[in-house]
Amino acid sequence: MTDASLIVTDLHVEFSGFVAVGGVSFDAHPGEVRFLIGPNGAGKTTCIDAITGLSRATGSARLGDRELLGTPVHKIVRLGIGRTFQTASVFDELTVLQNLDIAAGRHRPWTSLLRTRRGVDPSIERALEETGLTAELATPAGILSHGQKQWLEIAMLLVQDAKVLLLDEPVAGMSQDERTATGELLQRIAAKRIVLVVEHDMDFMRRFATRVTVLHQGKVLSQGTVAEVQADPKVQEVYLGTAGAATTAAMAVVPETVAAMHQPEEN
Amino acid sequence: MTKLKPWISLGGIGVFAFLLLGVAPLVLTDHWINNLGKYCCWAIVAVGIGLAWGRGGMLVMGQGVFFALGAYAMAMHLTLETAGDRIPGFMVLYDPLAPLPAFWEPFRSAGFTLLAIVLLPVIVSGILGYALFKRRVKGAYFAILSQALAVALATLISSTIRQTGGDTGLSDFKYFFGFVLNDPANKLLVYLIAAGLLVVCLLAVWQLYRSRFGELLVATRDAEERVRFLGYDPANVKLVAFVASALMASIGGAMFVPIVGIITPAEIGAAASILMIAGVALGGRASLFGPALGAMAVGWGQSSLGSTWPDGWTYILGLLFIVVILFLPNGLSSLPARFAAARRSPAPPPPTPAAAAAELEGVRS
Repeated sequence: MTDASLIVTDLHVEFSGFVAVGGVSFDAHPGEVRFLIGPNGAGKTTCIDAITGLSRATGSARLGDRELLGTPVHKIVRLGIGRTFQTASVFDELTVLQNLDIAAGRHRPWTSLLRTRRGVDPSIERALEETGLTAELATPAGILSHGQKQWLEIAMLLVQDAKVLLLDEPVAGMSQDERTATGELLQRIAAKRIVLVVEHDMDFMRRFATRVTVLHQGKVLSQGTVAEVQADPKVQEVYLGTAGAATTAAMAVVPETVAAMHQPEEN
Repeated sequence: MTKLKPWISLGGIGVFAFLLLGVAPLVLTDHWINNLGKYCCWAIVAVGIGLAWGRGGMLVMGQGVFFALGAYAMAMHLTLETAGDRIPGFMVLYDPLAPLPAFWEPFRSAGFTLLAIVLLPVIVSGILGYALFKRRVKGAYFAILSQALAVALATLISSTIRQTGGDTGLSDFKYFFGFVLNDPANKLLVYLIAAGLLVVCLLAVWQLYRSRFGELLVATRDAEERVRFLGYDPANVKLVAFVASALMASIGGAMFVPIVGIITPAEIGAAASILMIAGVALGGRASLFGPALGAMAVGWGQSSLGSTWPDGWTYILGLLFIVVILFLPNGLSSLPARFAAARRSPAPPPPTPAAAAAELEGVRS
């Protein structure tokens, strides 16, 4: 695909005076599953919104030598940056095939829009296999299970031929098996692409992250491998709640986080 | 089934065309042929509304604007054709020495008139749609704005009586591109053109709906942001559907004039524009035949009940509208599917109030 990396430098996002993201820098490279974690309100999703042009931001976000900030949303997408949303947003009334066909459309000339689809694009078949949705080809997306909808979104990014996949809480609401399947899927597709995952789920992060950036109150708290981040006293402080900003969700994972620190890493 | 379905629809259009073009002229009186022609004009507008509103999610409450563009372009040409070398009668009434307004002059040419009927709505809706959709104006704001434009245009025409005929409108057309309009054979010809154009519009949206564009349009209607994040500009997708619907409204308006013989601001204002929507909602806005059949039904009610029992007709139409929105949000054309579903599962769960409210919201926006 590409060797270009996603490099975010000194990203600032302000919402009428409130600083949601205040000077965040990180990078993501092909071949790794990059995680962005942090308590609620840390600015994780806002970072993705800024990179994809949904929120106005200052600083710099570059893919290779292309500056993304200030580029219209659909043009950023055409540079090869795809994203998913916290709530699965697929086209409910259209079938899985139609959903994917629309996603694949940007590589086709516009005149093809006036014609009827004949057959299934090879890229769509590959994405269906990759995400295990082959059997659901003719199913309306609205009646897929929650997990399948998330996979369909990832499949849409695959047929879109995205070089960068920005995934916003892809395993929220999934069963344990579905999480494992999703994590393995992310590791597979990350081989040739940049995968950046925003997550709350610490267990999922520990199992599948290559590198992690911890955000807290709009700033980077810690950065490194899973083991490095977990050993960082500042991270422990935030997640133990002494900084006064820990959410109940973060509190719930505290025992796991502390326990994991004393265990050798699985990989 | 899914492979067959578009061809069933095509067969439906064939049957519809046969009834309109083959059977109707044989069995109906001249009077009813003329009425049916009028319904066809409204149906052409309705097919466009179905495209923009049903499939594209744009509640076009001001199709009267584009209807007026086509209708007045045609009416000006027919007025000039009738007047010959003289100044049109109504202008002489106010000022016997008044020159023909400059913007009337080109409409002497039949070619220019036909071109204007096609290009005027495309240009106006193109500029309007571009400005609105790029700024992401949608939902109720779009509906109110389009409605306001229809009101504004009707008021403008009313207030420029010397140039446009004002509230009295333009009427008394004797010729239609060289044909004497009083001749029943020529009236039939005009009807056949209108019915033929309706069939052509149905064929056009049939192809649009089964094309990739049709799928993209539905996707844009249901999740505009998601479409944007797939690399499309949803504004362009909506613009195409909006311009196509404006063109159809203009064609409907243009054929309305020789068939009905008069065009006034009352035919294009707020009430008329809403009536155009009513038929679409009744028939089923997202279906292929729903808008056309619904518009014809409302047109028939308008001219039969509306003339014998005008007070009651308004209530009946209002009641019909409420019942359809509450119980059949997808219009009468969703009835067969409902019956089929009811047969499969004998006791369907009654819709919850929340779901009904959501559906109502969907109709409104």
